[in-house]
Amino acid sequence: MHPAFSVIFLTTLIGVGQGLFLALVTGESYAAVNLLPQQSSREFYAVGALLAMLFLIGGLIASIFHLGHPERGWRAATRWRTSWLSREVIVLPLMMGLVFLYGVVHFFDWHPDLFGVGTRNQLTLVIGAIGTVVAFALFVSTGMVYASIKFLQEWASPLTVVNYILLGGASGFTFATAFVAYNAPDLVTFYGTWAIIITFAALVGRVGSLFRNARIKRHSNIQSAIGVRHPRIQQKAMGFMGGSYNTREYHHGKGISALKSVRWTFLILTFVVPLLLLWIGIAGNGTILLAAFGVQYVGLLFERWFFLAQANHPQNLYYQTI
Amino acid sequence: MTQLALVIDLNVCVGCHACVTSCKEWNTSGQAGPMFDDNPYGQDPTGTFFNRVQTYEIGEFPNTETVHFPKSCLHCEDAPCVPVCPTGASFKRTEDGIVLVDYDKCIGCKYCSWACPYGAREFDEQQKVMKKCTLCVDRIYDQSLPPAERRPACVMSCPTSARLFGDVHDPDSEVSIAIRERGGYQLMPEWGTKPANHYLPRRKTRKVIHEDELVRSDNPLRKEEIESEHSRAPTLDDWLM
Ligand code: SF4
Ligand code: SF4
Repeated sequence: MHPAFSVIFLTTLIGVGQGLFLALVTGESYAAVNLLPQQSSREFYAVGALLAMLFLIGGLIASIFHLGHPERGWRAATRWRTSWLSREVIVLPLMMGLVFLYGVVHFFDWHPDLFGVGTRNQLTLVIGAIGTVVAFALFVSTGMVYASIKFLQEWASPLTVVNYILLGGASGFTFATAFVAYNAPDLVTFYGTWAIIITFAALVGRVGSLFRNARIKRHSNIQSAIGVRHPRIQQKAMGFMGGSYNTREYHHGKGISALKSVRWTFLILTFVVPLLLLWIGIAGNGTILLAAFGVQYVGLLFERWFFLAQANHPQNLYYQTI
Repeated sequence: MTQLALVIDLNVCVGCHACVTSCKEWNTSGQAGPMFDDNPYGQDPTGTFFNRVQTYEIGEFPNTETVHFPKSCLHCEDAPCVPVCPTGASFKRTEDGIVLVDYDKCIGCKYCSWACPYGAREFDEQQKVMKKCTLCVDRIYDQSLPPAERRPACVMSCPTSARLFGDVHDPDSEVSIAIRERGGYQLMPEWGTKPANHYLPRRKTRKVIHEDELVRSDNPLRKEEIESEHSRAPTLDDWLM
């Protein structure tokens, strides 16, 4: 497929936003049972929620560039019964609303004793728990937009969804590690460790999908495409010479070697370098941790480009020779 | 339940692109707005079409055969492009099974085109909506046209009558009979999309001529007293007398 930059930025940015929100809620739940020191509502959680919000808004803006008619975008929420894209369109604003609510409650330091147990953060933990479910629902919706198209065989796998969760989580936790290095240094080890674990898990998942995709057995071939049973069929003309939507949308337009170098680039930038930087920076060096996030995010742009480009659409069988 | 569809006879299609041209002509002039052409008279012209004719070579020289292969939306009975549309702009009509896009609802997200394994949908870069074959829905029900013209533009224009149009759910329709009796098949059946359009395969028309048929038993050469290798052979009269 031809990777659209709007889609690349949408999926990577909201991934960071969701991951960061999950990181905040994880820290808050650990603190609730006194496994971590409690953080200031306003300086830590509210600022963190604001940053998560900025990533989500960035993703939303990127998505607008993908649409031919963004002014009719609201219509995309109507077919949630059948369309994963519609579900994503519903869950994304829901996610943003919850992150906003979470931030606002923290900002006003509003901690009513909901359950009569006398501890702080009860309301925000409830919002956090709902937000966690919604964040996962958003990851699943985003992943299923791709995984549900069965004839794009590179995408049609549970690994697609798993990788969206892990890659979003990894980038969110890496960002959170850099964030706490400036904001709450005693949490760096906690977040840094999780960032390393999730990044490593994402590496395993992504390499797993690379292996799977290298061994795909194609269901369609030129014989089934035109319905002629002969081992030797050659296209002589696709019916036009100047290109069309079919020749632009379904192929990345680069050679095999470019694809391979993008694959190595994303493997190094998304996983190897950030793991190294996280390991060095976990001592509390904010600059290195920020660099870890920066490198990982750039790596994710390459990763998403590759993910989109690698999918081979069966319609390409009809467009092999001008 | 009606399912309108095209049945395309690959045995007689000569690859003239008349259907492509008349499809474009009819549909670019319709009430749904033009089908955009970018740079039509300049370098690298490109544009939106509902129908394309492609050419394939089967076999290895000298035993090759050329197949001209028209391709448009197949109006799948289990159309994968419809449920994925987030807006409901893509829909399949219950009354006649035509798959359509509502250009006023489409947000141009292109997701449906990813979900069509046949590449039958084309994005209109000017109107910013997804377009595809409508089976000339604005023509086939037009009461102001004589009944014989209430057929898709491509079917009307085909000089070899390679395109048949009708209800594939009606077992007695011309298209159903053609599918049944002439080996009609569907494209990429492996995806379970159940395309309504069918294709009729190439057929070989062979005539076996036996040696003795080359020499008329009623030998005109002998009768006309032309001397040749065969003029001595018997005539019909020799047997009868
Ligand atoms: S051919 Fe493609 S666009 Fe037409 S109904 Fe089937 S899946 Fe949809
Ligand atoms: S491009 Fe239009 S018709 Fe296709 S899925 Fe998007 S909204 Fe639906």
